[in-house]
Amino acid sequence: MKKSTAKKILIETKMNYDLNLLQDMYKKMLLIRRFEEKAGQLYGMGKIGGFCHLYIGQEAVVVGIQSAQIEGDSIVTSYRDHGHMLACDMDPKGVMAELTGRKDGYSKGKGGSMHMFSREKGFFGGHGIVAAQVPIGAGLAFAHKYNGNRNVSITYFGDGAANQGQVYESYNIASLWKLPVVFVIENNKYGMGTAVNRSSAGENLSDRGVAYGIKSEIIDGMDILAVRESAVRAIDYCRAGKGPYILEMKTYRYRGHSMSDPAKYRTRDEVDKIRKTSDPIENIKSLLNKMGVEEKKLKDIDTDIKSVIAEAAKFAQASPEPSENELFTDITIN
Amino acid sequence: MTIEILMPALSPTMEEGTLSKWLVNEGDSISSGDLIAEIETDKATMEVEAVDDGKIGQLLVAEGTEGVKVNTPIALLVDSSETPHATIKKIADKPYLEKEKISTKHVNEKTVPIEANSSLITVREALRNAMAEEMRVDKSVFVMGEEVAEYQGAYKVTQGLLDEFGDKRVYDTPITEHGFAGIGIGAAFGNLKPIVEFMTFNFAMQAMDQIINSAAKTLYMSGGQMGCPIVFRGPNGAASRVAAQHSQCYASWYAHCPGLKVVSPWSSKDAKGLLKSAIRDPDPVIFLENEVMYGQSFSCPDDKNFTLPIGKANIEKEGNDVTIIAFSIMVGKSLEAAEILEGKNINAEVINLRTLRPLDIDTIIESVKKTNRVVTCEEGFPFSGIGAEISALITEKAFDWLDAPVVRVTGKDVPMPYAANLEKLALPQVDDIVSASAQVCYDD
Repeated sequence: MKKSTAKKILIETKMNYDLNLLQDMYKKMLLIRRFEEKAGQLYGMGKIGGFCHLYIGQEAVVVGIQSAQIEGDSIVTSYRDHGHMLACDMDPKGVMAELTGRKDGYSKGKGGSMHMFSREKGFFGGHGIVAAQVPIGAGLAFAHKYNGNRNVSITYFGDGAANQGQVYESYNIASLWKLPVVFVIENNKYGMGTAVNRSSAGENLSDRGVAYGIKSEIIDGMDILAVRESAVRAIDYCRAGKGPYILEMKTYRYRGHSMSDPAKYRTRDEVDKIRKTSDPIENIKSLLNKMGVEEKKLKDIDTDIKSVIAEAAKFAQASPEPSENELFTDITIN
Repeated sequence: MTIEILMPALSPTMEEGTLSKWLVNEGDSISSGDLIAEIETDKATMEVEAVDDGKIGQLLVAEGTEGVKVNTPIALLVDSSETPHATIKKIADKPYLEKEKISTKHVNEKTVPIEANSSLITVREALRNAMAEEMRVDKSVFVMGEEVAEYQGAYKVTQGLLDEFGDKRVYDTPITEHGFAGIGIGAAFGNLKPIVEFMTFNFAMQAMDQIINSAAKTLYMSGGQMGCPIVFRGPNGAASRVAAQHSQCYASWYAHCPGLKVVSPWSSKDAKGLLKSAIRDPDPVIFLENEVMYGQSFSCPDDKNFTLPIGKANIEKEGNDVTIIAFSIMVGKSLEAAEILEGKNINAEVINLRTLRPLDIDTIIESVKKTNRVVTCEEGFPFSGIGAEISALITEKAFDWLDAPVVRVTGKDVPMPYAANLEKLALPQVDDIVSASAQVCYDD
């Protein structure tokens, strides 16, 4: 019928993609998924404490956007940040060791799951307060513009954050001052346990950019190529000095809001249906199959990733807790 | 009938102004709403409108006269039918004020001599100079806030910065404190050095989450990676007759939080030396100014390299009998109290804290060992205030040196009232410091 024809055409167009690029994206998404599965497992074993928000289901968003970035671009996101860090090529060992609260973690064990950073990789957090990263991302864009470099700021936030006032304060200033910032709304349909239609007035979250004269697009966030293409458009627009851009990614998280969320606000069927029909990793996997990549090769990739993750988990548990002296370091610089 | 046109008050804290220009001549007929004069306050030049219809009988104050006190008659208005001069001379025997400075100088100008290589400048000018000097040498320093650019600053502190540095260094923001504080913090994470002006610190409450959760804590949460070299500055403390939401000292709020540095200058020298240090500092600095102090003049070093260290208090007056510890506007009041206490044979030592976090506890303890008696002074509320913290620290570190319990002079534990008499009661006065000092000396 109509829908399947459209899908077929889409797949044929996608066959023109560079195979290496597709394989890299597949690897990265799989790395994130396996990492998150392991993190969930370690949490269950009591090795990871506090809040732990998993990114499973949303992998295509950050990997697709990251594939359109250049060196020097900055990334900032909320507390659901493990995927973003891995997409930035931060070391899975350092990320996992932060989750276990050890000295070799990216924040020496003092930040935890929600607060990790790597200036070197352009990753500016990892912020625990809903939407606080949005003005910070606009500020990073301000710094790019002030310094006259061609870099942009990619500022991620969720559908829950999209109702915070500071998002609109940031839209206003970013548009006024033409800041090079891509606002990526990761709309996974639930802000904790509240469905978007119960918390957000209006049809689409991205429509709210209209009031500030900000261009926006709604994208199927489970389709990594659609994500990538929209990111290319948005980033080019920002890099050209035309101001901010909004991408609303319709995505889905398979797990609860955090590890302690029983997710009673949706049915198991709903989750299963999306897993079966729209899984971003399965999508790209079947594309790779169609392009002639053997099943064995894909299995090998998975095996390699599993060993990277196993090593990270081992490292994260072997790394010592931070020295007690660290209690009083890094409060101020001088 | 003759009506006196009086020098108008054009801002909450205005006590006097300059009659910079007459827009009417004697004998001119005017109607209510006509512009009659331009008056310059320390914040802005404003046009004054006539309230009544009539004819200008006499101009009592010459153009260019500085320091004209609020409520001084500046012109006489007569009925249109009356002949101006003849009538006036009989009614008003007031002398025509010649162009001269008629204002009284501030107390500190009388008592503080101009030091070598220094100039007498206002706190406002000192703050402005500090920003301009740092912006000249460091291109990563920029200023943002409400009305800081084209309007030249709501309190004129950023006057002239837009002209000198242009709109790539001086940014007018919308009235969205939470948003622009966060953008400043993001810019600081991006290696710039923002100076974010809050029109007053009352409005910084809107930005509290960004200041505390993002600016103060991120260095720690990142294991030392994410420095945030930003200055949040603006007037703090009581203004005048603006009531509870616009009149509060936030010193103890910020001083409570690890990760911040909290500075509060008193004089022009403090303002310049500390603001320059704050801009150069790699950490987030909360810089608490005081609106009432902006227009006061003090001797201030001219040297572009002059700075004062953050974290170091200054003994403004040495003494042996009691230690009076103050910051910001309360330093001046403490010095006035010390003068009165001399008459009671009490020789007070006055400490100007300058920085509230990190607090210079060593200077305080040394003084306690000498005087054995302490009075703390602040405009803020008493409960969990700066005085409470100082008192606790003295108890922990120098209890055996005390000859009397520490006494706190603070604002009253009430939201600031509007009525003039109640406002005066709510704020700590010189007399309160005098009687608290006498109390700890068992001299009451």
